Amino acid sequence: MSQAVFTKTKLLRDVPTHYCPGCTHGIIHRLVGEAIEELGMSEKAIGIDSVGCSGLMFQYFLFDQQCAAHGRAPAVATGVKRVNPDCLVFTYQGDGDLGAIGNAEANHAAIRGEKFTTILVNNAIYGMTGGQMAPTTLPGMKSTTTQRGRDVEMHGYPLRAAEMIASHEGTYYAERVSLHDTANILKAKKAITKAFRNQCEGKGFNFIEVLSTCPTNWGKNPVEALEWLKENMIPYYPLGVLKDKGAA
Amino acid sequence: MARVLMKGNEAIAEAAVAAGCRYFFGYPITPQNEIPEYLSKRLPEVGGYFVQAESEVSAINMVYGAGGSGGRVMTSSSSPGIALKQEGLSCLACAEVPSVIVNMMRGGPGIGSIQASQADYFQTVKGGGNGDYMIPAYAPGTLQEACDLMAKAFDVAFEYRTPVMIAGDGMLGQMMEPVEIKKVDIKEYDLSWATRGRNGAKEPHIVLTAHLDADDLEAFNEYLQAKYRKIMAKEVMFDEHNLDGDPEYVLVAYGTVSRICKNAIAKLKEQGVNVGLLRPITLWPFPNEAIARAAARPSVKAVVSVEMAAGQMMEDIKIAVNGLKPVELIYRLGSIPPSPDFIATKVLELKGRK
Repeated sequence: MSQAVFTKTKLLRDVPTHYCPGCTHGIIHRLVGEAIEELGMSEKAIGIDSVGCSGLMFQYFLFDQQCAAHGRAPAVATGVKRVNPDCLVFTYQGDGDLGAIGNAEANHAAIRGEKFTTILVNNAIYGMTGGQMAPTTLPGMKSTTTQRGRDVEMHGYPLRAAEMIASHEGTYYAERVSLHDTANILKAKKAITKAFRNQCEGKGFNFIEVLSTCPTNWGKNPVEALEWLKENMIPYYPLGVLKDKGAA
Repeated sequence: MARVLMKGNEAIAEAAVAAGCRYFFGYPITPQNEIPEYLSKRLPEVGGYFVQAESEVSAINMVYGAGGSGGRVMTSSSSPGIALKQEGLSCLACAEVPSVIVNMMRGGPGIGSIQASQADYFQTVKGGGNGDYMIPAYAPGTLQEACDLMAKAFDVAFEYRTPVMIAGDGMLGQMMEPVEIKKVDIKEYDLSWATRGRNGAKEPHIVLTAHLDADDLEAFNEYLQAKYRKIMAKEVMFDEHNLDGDPEYVLVAYGTVSRICKNAIAKLKEQGVNVGLLRPITLWPFPNEAIARAAARPSVKAVVSVEMAAGQMMEDIKIAVNGLKPVELIYRLGSIPPSPDFIATKVLELKGRK
């Protein structure tokens, strides 16, 4: 007698995705779906898609979604949440979308203490457009617009988005997590669930930064990419809770 | 409600509330500030929401979110602010999000001035953002008409699922006139497309601006164009003044300038020159047929665009007249309204030239 020990979240369609082999978006999609299901919010969830690789997530998720222009997802979510105060509203954004073109929108959503959740996927590069420098590209890291490696004299230093967001009084909870191994994936799930639960309880702006990989644009295989994340990204982007107004 | 003396921006804001507007997202810019100021106090009184955004760009995207969820939503701004909103306007048109955008035009280009102008004609009717889209645009001539058009704007926004613009100017926003804020019979529209949570629906609701498959995008654009043809066939609004008395010239002017034209026409009449006025109320769809009919009158020597812009509307008048009669231009630039004497003198110059 066989027994199912694992089933895919019901909130993801049974379709192939456009994500590259080894890309960690798939893991985050699963965690988001599972968290929403476990909170019983499947019929009350509204996701705001951003521009970049995650801009196509409306093809995969089975809850309501709005597609925002580049960087504008937190502004769109602000409008969505006013009309739907009882819904679980979240933005799902890449590091270019949130950290560069949408920096104002993300910060001011936090400053206003908007009651939605933002998930930032930080893979240190522009994925969809083919590997250009992101605000999160590490010093010395090669991209198609920093072909000799990011020169901090020319391009400045990478943005620590979670620390920036945590600095705002309106932010209720901010945590940085990583997906480089199973233990950390479980921690990421816990953090995303908490960020959603806080919102359902009407508590301020909740922000999760997920360190992620882009094997294609990093020029690495999936296993090397996870190792590279662990060795290079975590020292610059330390994991852990940056702010938690709910902690006793 | 009885007639009350109100400032233009406040009258428009109250008329929006009467038209069922419950969500406003905006950013300060002169000469429209009384709209957000008024609504910041008024909307919470009727269970609505006001958010002062960090920029015009954010404000229009908040409109997108709220409108995409089926909310009766509005924003207002002035010329440079409208320029910043163009990205959002393109997305609103693409995602078919009902919404109302008020533009109290000021002088440009650049930061320009804070006084009235009509130099946003192009960015109002020529699709200021990217892609093939159009936005119905209403140009009120009086505050009463502005108030009445707010209800019309929300109806058209929901009936056709489109952003709708109110194209005013700094003078309309800042002046006071007696107005009656009429009770509006707020129609119920189908909101089964809006994001309000799936709530058992067969498929999730998606408010979409991306069509990455080229065939899909072409089909979607054809659908949009069919919608625009329907709006062009059904929603044109204009007003005629003194066209039946065999006018030598037909002035075409909208908004504030159309009022000044009426004074100029009265002055010209005293001097024995008969001039008519055709006033577009919708800038898009443009009253092409009405202008062509006016131009075709045997008495008419020329059609004259009178505008606070360098001939922007004249281009559309030329398309409407289509070579039937000469099309002339009387204008002042920056943000100086033409006086009745200025317009009358220019008409007499035209007459002398012939």
